[in-house]
Amino acid sequence: MHVIVCVKQVPDPEIPPSSFKVDEAAKKVVPPPGVAAVVSQFDEIAVEAAMRIKDAQSDAKVTVLSMGPASAYDAIKKGLAMGSDEGVHLLDDAFEEGDAYTTAQTLAAAIQKLGDYDLILCGRQAVDWDMGVTGSALAEVLGIPSITFAKDVQVRDGSVVVERVFPDSFETVEAALPALVTISNELGEPRYPKLQQIMQAARKQVTKWSAADLGLDPSQLGASGVRLSLDRLYVPVSEIECEFVEGETPEEAAQKLAEKLRESKLV
Amino acid sequence: MANETGILVLGEVAEGKLTTFSTELLGAARRLEGAGGAVSCALLGSAVESAAQDAIAFGADKVYVVEDPALADYSTDGWVQAMQKVVGEANPAIIIIGQSNIGRDVAPRLAFRLNTTACMDCLELSVSDGKLSATRGSWGGNARSVHSFNTMPQIATVRVKSQEPLERDESRKGEVVKVDAGLDPSSIRTKLLERKEVSAEGVRLEDAEVIVGGGRGIGSEEGFKVLEDLAGQLAGAVGATRAACDMGWRPVADQIGLTGKVVSPTLYIAVALSGASQHMAGCSGAKNIIAVNKDSEANIFKLSRFGIVEDYKKVMPALLEAIKKLG
Repeated sequence: MHVIVCVKQVPDPEIPPSSFKVDEAAKKVVPPPGVAAVVSQFDEIAVEAAMRIKDAQSDAKVTVLSMGPASAYDAIKKGLAMGSDEGVHLLDDAFEEGDAYTTAQTLAAAIQKLGDYDLILCGRQAVDWDMGVTGSALAEVLGIPSITFAKDVQVRDGSVVVERVFPDSFETVEAALPALVTISNELGEPRYPKLQQIMQAARKQVTKWSAADLGLDPSQLGASGVRLSLDRLYVPVSEIECEFVEGETPEEAAQKLAEKLRESKLV
Repeated sequence: MANETGILVLGEVAEGKLTTFSTELLGAARRLEGAGGAVSCALLGSAVESAAQDAIAFGADKVYVVEDPALADYSTDGWVQAMQKVVGEANPAIIIIGQSNIGRDVAPRLAFRLNTTACMDCLELSVSDGKLSATRGSWGGNARSVHSFNTMPQIATVRVKSQEPLERDESRKGEVVKVDAGLDPSSIRTKLLERKEVSAEGVRLEDAEVIVGGGRGIGSEEGFKVLEDLAGQLAGAVGATRAACDMGWRPVADQIGLTGKVVSPTLYIAVALSGASQHMAGCSGAKNIIAVNKDSEANIFKLSRFGIVEDYKKVMPALLEAIKKLG
């Protein structure tokens, strides 16, 4: 049983919105200085899903795969510290500034180079662009079935049984392996690596592959290969001015607020 | 294919009728008519032809009906193959799909089957010289990004309630075309084992005029009691942030945000929630936001019309009583 988890490193999304800055000319987000990048939350939960499979089947091997700049090594290390066995880092300037298409092509080439696999796990969407395309796209490029928005993933007898979660319903769906599953936050909190695991992770193997290693043509990758262009990036401006309602006591403030809501015909 | 023209909408049918969300998609397509060509609508399922007249009345010039027993339940493979057939007939320049349970699953996979890509969860669409420009929230809703396509057809999913439907017009004329999916059941590689609807008690969050929402600061399942009482008093519904749902204080069905429900109440009372962008992405359509939070720097106040800086436990019972007294 070989499980491959695709993870993306992103700027920390938990920063306060007031610290969020955009360089409009470069069409890039400017992360605040000193804030470390993190593993995209849904991807970290995808690693958790893989670990639960490994907990149930001790012979399962888990590989963490990430495409990204040198710092993405830290995202792979996080996955290894959580208990994954091996890491693969797709590192090449040619991969930069791609879209879901170039990313899926690159990940698919790496997965094919890894050879045999049973299950691929991805986060339901990356928390930077929130597109939610790459996972399903990767399954399409590999020609395997995909099941999205999982809150539970069980592997048995050559198939995967997935509980899918929606705002208004739940579904249980089965597919024969190999398959790709995207993971939603309802699966649960990712495990916290123990100090010993973090030390062990430092000794685990991380393979680095470039575009040439994957046999990919750099002119089809990254910014030169995108199907979707980014034309503009900006921060929308809120035009609302909050009227703070105060009182000598919380009760008085609440009373005043109720009156204001009535004056505005909101209650 | 070349010479793509017009707009194809993927319609969704529930209980034999076109969904309200699908009428919004047709409205959006109609307003993009500058694209040239007709607006068509694909309806997929085992018995969906009854909704074809709805699609015409709401703006479709042509309805492609694909009926097949293998389409009785949604499956990614079934929908992708059926849509491939319709796209072969219609040859559209633009495909508009709802960011629904179905749309968010099928759009990326369909796009890659058609050797193109999809721009997801768009808020605004425009067309110039046949080229689609799609605006969406990104970076957890902190930013807006505008995208265009280098491949055809151009596929966009749009957020619920971001587009206005046309008035229903029974006098509109349109053509209904039956398309044979010719589906081989073995080509559907996933099997639906079970499906459970979550039935909401009281007012549905999506329909509520008043929503009282709570976040991480509520601190417990019990803490939501006062929010429920206020929602009950105002004939509204209770919502929650992803954090509050992940803590197990509220069911998944109450989650508002990027990965939960999209709501647009007249009044949103935001209690002990910071106003993280990914939550606000689900209630950016709220007409009036009122915030109660003990942190005066919380982002929610930047989006609110009125605010009280105080512990919700002190304010909310008093607010409930004061509103009750107003009658």
